[in-house]
Amino acid sequence: MKKLRSIKEINEKIAKGQVVVATAEEIISMVEEHGVEETARRVDVVTTGTFGPMCSSGAFINLGHTTPRMRMSKVYLNGVNAYAGIAAVDVFIGATEIPETDPANTNYPGEFNYGGAHVIEDLVNGKEVFLEASSYGTDCYPRRKLEKWITLDDVNEAYLFNPRNCYQNYNVAVNTSDKTIYTYMGILKPHLGNANYCSAGQLSPLLNDPLFKTIGIGTKIFLGGGIGYVAWYGTQHNPNVPRTDNGVPRTGAGTLALIGDLKQMNSRFLRGVSLLGYGVSLQVGVGVPIPVLSEEILRFAAVSDAGIMAPVVDYSEAYPQGTGGILGEVSYADLKSGKIIVQGKEVPTASLSSYPRAREIALELKSWIEKGDFTLTEPVASLPSADFPVQFSRENKQKEE
Amino acid sequence: MIRQKVVLRFPADVVEQPFIYTLAKKFNVTANILKANINPRKEGSMVVELSAEDEDYSGAMDYLQSHGVIVLPLAQQIVWLEDRCTQCGACVVICPTNALWVKRPEMTVSFCSEKCVVCERCLKACPARAIEARYLDEEGE
Ligand code: SF4
Ligand code: SF4
Repeated sequence: MKKLRSIKEINEKIAKGQVVVATAEEIISMVEEHGVEETARRVDVVTTGTFGPMCSSGAFINLGHTTPRMRMSKVYLNGVNAYAGIAAVDVFIGATEIPETDPANTNYPGEFNYGGAHVIEDLVNGKEVFLEASSYGTDCYPRRKLEKWITLDDVNEAYLFNPRNCYQNYNVAVNTSDKTIYTYMGILKPHLGNANYCSAGQLSPLLNDPLFKTIGIGTKIFLGGGIGYVAWYGTQHNPNVPRTDNGVPRTGAGTLALIGDLKQMNSRFLRGVSLLGYGVSLQVGVGVPIPVLSEEILRFAAVSDAGIMAPVVDYSEAYPQGTGGILGEVSYADLKSGKIIVQGKEVPTASLSSYPRAREIALELKSWIEKGDFTLTEPVASLPSADFPVQFSRENKQKEE
Repeated sequence: MIRQKVVLRFPADVVEQPFIYTLAKKFNVTANILKANINPRKEGSMVVELSAEDEDYSGAMDYLQSHGVIVLPLAQQIVWLEDRCTQCGACVVICPTNALWVKRPEMTVSFCSEKCVVCERCLKACPARAIEARYLDEEGE
């Protein structure tokens, strides 16, 4: 595969203000109009974006030392437990943690109005958060109790560290039972009343680089409105799944573990959300730049909603029981039309991931790069990928000619 | 059985009388107070949910009106907090009237208050809690 440019060359163009960037949405029509070869020659970087609830998220915070010193062993932030089983004043606040006093689903469907994700959002918004800490006391850390109001400015370090974000594709959730169910995929009405999906489709980072040709460990990204990095492959990362001819997974596949400075983030791109009857989650905004190093890379990034398939899964039976089996496959173009056909029935669709906000993130990252505020990085190691003999569709090949 | 949300307005000269107590004692009307305040002119207003048997309810209404209390139907309004809305679209399959709707292909979500029937289904269905119900009395307060 012919190499068009290197990341170093792209960064030189960024420095000179000559870089050409397009979002993963804009690139689709450019390729349709001018073909892969010409577009690849013209465009240096494609920016992607996604903004959806990502439960496997949280933040490490160093709360700072007190006088006398304290080895905090139980810590609450606004009544939400933060894990303190690490060094003296380090804690991890998980997105889905809820206060011990929350009635949860004993009051079905539980409302889950506040949790760890909301604590993170409050901190990012500069709000005061109530810290309660207790300790058993040691010779070097005698203090046993602390209660005070803190803000993000008061703590030493605070960084988001999300073990699993950016799922590469996901299920479309439906309910075939005769009662409403409340899931992490939202409210699912009985008798196939609605179908919920959760991916930015053609804008989603890992769907634009399905075999991880450019995204790797160390890749610099947009995270929650600030700069972050790919720290590792995410938990449940599984590249060995069925794929369409263009290499795109037909089901949930790769994931990313992400890290970034909370102090740079803002709540437009980092939001606590309450999923009725399920729990609390953090809506995370992620944007990943894809350097157009070859025509092949551009061809992957030019994928459109019509070329991305997702499985329709019954969340009243097959999913909770773990029995597998799907009710069909639909494309993101079908999902975004507002209705899909499942078992012969027309089913209205809804998304949990915000497509307009995903577009905003891709555009924001594009402007950072164009302004020279964001340069691209070479991954320090690759993500585990799959050997997959990609065959681009005939249609695509013709356009190229 | 009647259950209704109403606005009660108390002129300054009757504001200190124990109406809620009398409603319960004399008419078996349960009053759940949702909002209450007294303005600088010493006039009171209260948003209450009243529940009672049909006959008791009409007796209670007569009693209130004969004592100078004005009873107004409650207008409730759904407010969409555009700034809080993340434009996810989760609410559109929950809303029965398309008051919350998606413009395609942009996929942006908007709210059309004329179409809203105040069923309140969207309130807890919105993950970002971007929709609120507000009680409005006749003056739109
Ligand atoms: S209150 Fe009911 S009708 Fe009004 S926007 Fe919400 S769901 Fe739709
Ligand atoms: S569910 Fe809430 S956040 Fe999502 S589009 Fe509807 S109003 Fe906006």
